[in-house]
Amino acid sequence: MTLLDVDDLSVRQADGHELLHGLSFTLARGERLGLIGESGSGKSLTALAILSLLPAGLTAHGSVLVSGTQVVGAADRRLDRVRGRAVSAVFQEPLMALDPLMRIGRQIAGPLRRRRGLRGAALRAAVLAALEEVRLPERIASAYPHEVSGGQRQRAAIAMALACEPDLLIADEPTTALDVSVQAEVLALLDGLVAEKGMALLFIGHDLAVVAGVADRLIVLRDGAVVESGRTEDIVKEPRHTYTRSLVHSAWEFEAELDRLAP
Amino acid sequence: MTILETRSVGFAYRGGAPVLSDVSVAVSPGRNLALVGESGAGKTTLLRLLLGLARPSSGEVLFDGRSLRPDREFRRSVQPVFQDPYSSLDPRQRVDRIVSEPLRAMRIGARDEIGDRVAQTLRAVGLPADAARRYPHEFSGGQRQRIAIARAIVCEPRILLADEPVSALDVTTRVRLVELLRELNTARDLTVVMVSHDLAVVAALCDEIAVLDRGRIVERGPSADVLGSPRHPHTRRLVASVPRLRRSSGPPGEGR
Repeated sequence: MTLLDVDDLSVRQADGHELLHGLSFTLARGERLGLIGESGSGKSLTALAILSLLPAGLTAHGSVLVSGTQVVGAADRRLDRVRGRAVSAVFQEPLMALDPLMRIGRQIAGPLRRRRGLRGAALRAAVLAALEEVRLPERIASAYPHEVSGGQRQRAAIAMALACEPDLLIADEPTTALDVSVQAEVLALLDGLVAEKGMALLFIGHDLAVVAGVADRLIVLRDGAVVESGRTEDIVKEPRHTYTRSLVHSAWEFEAELDRLAP
Repeated sequence: MTILETRSVGFAYRGGAPVLSDVSVAVSPGRNLALVGESGAGKTTLLRLLLGLARPSSGEVLFDGRSLRPDREFRRSVQPVFQDPYSSLDPRQRVDRIVSEPLRAMRIGARDEIGDRVAQTLRAVGLPADAARRYPHEFSGGQRQRIAIARAIVCEPRILLADEPVSALDVTTRVRLVELLRELNTARDLTVVMVSHDLAVVAALCDEIAVLDRGRIVERGPSADVLGSPRHPHTRRLVASVPRLRRSSGPPGEGR
């Protein structure tokens, strides 16, 4: 079943200048798609367009069907049925997803109450279950975002994103701000949760080694356009396009010395 | 022989818990050193001590065998490069003015030589000659970092102290900058001391590694030993955590 159907998606500025040119792809349940590119390639714009969260002044054109619902040009009422339920997202900076003045438990409770109508003891139990799922101890529920580490904050943001059991998770550079050992933990956590729940995953990143480790398929973006797409293994081993080749070779070259010293 | 070293230094910010305890590291000429650790390990604080921007609460920092005094001679010999090339360059000054600042501040060279030295340094970091008259915003992140490196090496220092110098850059740019730093290391007798959490960069650039964990050195030695057969569990965890293409796809060119 196709959960996400992006067809000829473009993003334009108010003056007509196009930042993203005619992107098309589909994503089915259980699939993991990686969107990779360097800064300014349009990766995050794609995520924001799918969530209909483009900043003021930018407009999406074309078609984005999320579980069959057209998102492009949709009114907030219709988007409410999609966001959080059919699709939700985790971003690079968990502090932007979390309200600094609200205890983490209450923030996770928000979507559970609104979307699943839980109250009282059932709500409390669901919050604790959500925390446990992302391997956070119970006490985190009563902490404020600034009182916990960056890795714990990102886990809390993941718990919020998964609270309403979306079919599709968009993860936009979810580990870029984290330390390398924390990154490894969060990636393993995401990997396990996506597999366990049979969700579809759209994973966006600039680090080929990270994205290739998560995604089965890759789309390579450059200057707002697709330069190559295909199975991760094929792209990493035999990139066809010149740009992809330079990207892949740089990544191999980058870790070459480490591979030599610590295979 | 060492140029710069710390002897069992400790450091605490006012009223705070110690950020560094009993840290000893030594920089030998030509041997690039990496200070590796995760956020909060004390890497940047250690760099500040090595730069003479802060004084240790205990222990001492030695420069050429004597207690460090941040005088002209020291500043000429030890220069910093920071992580973010967007905030470290004054947007209102042209590149030649930015790069020549250390020369003017330390009164090195005659006025008519300055232009030549700037031009020569810009060439050394791989920037076009017309870069001198342009402003920082006209350059990409990688080129800006080259400008920052030019500013640091224009006075021909012996040590470059770099705080995560490539982590804000895209991978293709990163590879080229690591190449540049390695080139400067051999061509200019410049020893790089780099703070980084990125072991791939460290492996590519540094000969020695000191691993910091919560303010203490947990492992130290030649890169081949520390990365190849890490002894401390913290180091082992760091090495195992690095995302590797090799792991997700096998080595290049070998179809499976």
